[in-house]
Amino acid sequence: MSITIKNLTHIYNEGMPFKKTALKDINIEIGSGEFVGIIGHTGSGKSTLIQMFNGLLKPTKGEVIINGQNLHGQGTNGDKVNKKEIRQKVGLVFQYPEYQLFEMTIKDDVAFGPKNLGLSKEEVDERVKYALEAVGLDESYYEKSPFELSGGQKRRVAIAGVLAMKPETLILDEPTAGLDPKGRNELFEQLQKMHRELGLTIVLISHSMEDVARYAQKLFVLYKGEVAYQGTPREVFAHGKKLEEIGLAMPQIRYVMESLKAQGMNIDEDVLTVEEAAQHLISYLRKKGEA
Amino acid sequence: MNNIIDANNLVFEYYNYDDNGEVKDTIRALEGTSIQVKEGEFVVILGHNGSGKSTFAKHLNGILSPKEGTLVVCGIDALDKDKTWDIRKEVGMVFQNPDNQIVATIIEEDVAFGPENLGIEPTEIRKRVDEALETVGMTEYMKDSPNKLSGGQKQRIAIAGVIAMKPRCIVFDESTAMLDPIGRRQVMSTMEKLNKEYGITIIHITHYMQEAILADRIVVMDKGHVIMEGTPREVFKEVKTLKEIGLDVPDTTYLAYLLQEAGFNISTELLTVEEVTKAICQLQ
Repeated sequence: MSITIKNLTHIYNEGMPFKKTALKDINIEIGSGEFVGIIGHTGSGKSTLIQMFNGLLKPTKGEVIINGQNLHGQGTNGDKVNKKEIRQKVGLVFQYPEYQLFEMTIKDDVAFGPKNLGLSKEEVDERVKYALEAVGLDESYYEKSPFELSGGQKRRVAIAGVLAMKPETLILDEPTAGLDPKGRNELFEQLQKMHRELGLTIVLISHSMEDVARYAQKLFVLYKGEVAYQGTPREVFAHGKKLEEIGLAMPQIRYVMESLKAQGMNIDEDVLTVEEAAQHLISYLRKKGEA
Repeated sequence: MNNIIDANNLVFEYYNYDDNGEVKDTIRALEGTSIQVKEGEFVVILGHNGSGKSTFAKHLNGILSPKEGTLVVCGIDALDKDKTWDIRKEVGMVFQNPDNQIVATIIEEDVAFGPENLGIEPTEIRKRVDEALETVGMTEYMKDSPNKLSGGQKQRIAIAGVIAMKPRCIVFDESTAMLDPIGRRQVMSTMEKLNKEYGITIIHITHYMQEAILADRIVVMDKGHVIMEGTPREVFKEVKTLKEIGLDVPDTTYLAYLLQEAGFNISTELLTVEEVTKAICQLQ
């Protein structure tokens, strides 16, 4: 599923004394099957932007084009675009989605969405199985209460609830805030697996530079409602200290590599993960040792 | 120095009830937790979700009370229900979500809320509010509405509200989890300032290993027990053990660990970018 945002501006409370421009002339393209990261300081417009992706908000100006359809324009036959259909295809996982769990059992909670689509019992069961499997929870969990689970597990149940709608795009707003390192790694590995195996388009909002560096193929950097930088993580983090001026940072490991380079080591500071940095250093040091 | 917190063999249980109000099952969140904190110390508590960190933190100012064990906070017996308010004057808490902690519509009124409820003289309140906002670097915003602030700024207002009550100890329960990198930095440097300049004891619960580097001491909890304790250097060098219990180490330490694994003669007792840089340069 492709998402294109063209010249989009969004103003909250337009025409009132408290009007606030949240997004200003945004142009973004997300290709089908991409894993995209959106980063930016608090209040930079990230959450407003993702609500555009499935038509929860109508922009003040500009276009939102999903799979070639203009979300707020006229359809090919002059009808309005069916937003309900779009919302089934674009699954949105809000911050702290576990607060939205409400059923007595995990199975019922995940089944809630598909049931409301009017699917048969077999079809609902099949979707529940698919969604819980995708987030790595087996049948032993089905009859448990979602409130007995750990934070990371609860969050995975909530994500399964969205996956059970079989979206083509999954948008996640800070899915790992408050999770411990293990819970964070597990969730990211599941997302990466879904991205690879199911061809899901994934849009990830995160405050962790290390996480987007490791997992995203493409990054959009928002600053005060505008796209400040975009490109691959390598291209974006090459802006280095300039990112600090807009409330962000480089991944921690890049600071180490830059500092080593400043000490005269002839290495490539352009790394995204600790493992990559270690590999660079190991081959550099071995070569030097032989010389 | 005296122990400001002296917890011995704390046991705490959460109960799940069935439809008839009978206890269905019991979850032991603390299983004999013993933690001592000295006055003026900066302690970071690490542990995976469900390890008991937050449950422990909530004992420190009487939000929760243990089933077994003893707990003395600022020389006051925390198990004595009549003393709860005395303890809350001494121990402040800052929580995870900044939006859940702000009660007033004007920032200075929000900061004044705590001292007002302690029944302090208005002139003294004015003084404390000004000082508290000065300390967290938010003086210029004092007449503004809190809803226009960034996450980091809101947390600093929450901190100012706590400082205005002049506590001896502040507990930060994942107060940086929802913030962007700069917001996290702002809150961390405020914490350091309170600790170093004002001598306030700090207990910080976090999942960011990088933040734990700043601590005097790290306490690692697992399944309701303390399983490791020591300086950041002592704790983080145990890379394998920490990874096994679902935790992590700072990227700096992890880089040294990977080089060590590859056969290089480098210590894993390294924390900062400068330390790692120096050690790697010596490998050449």
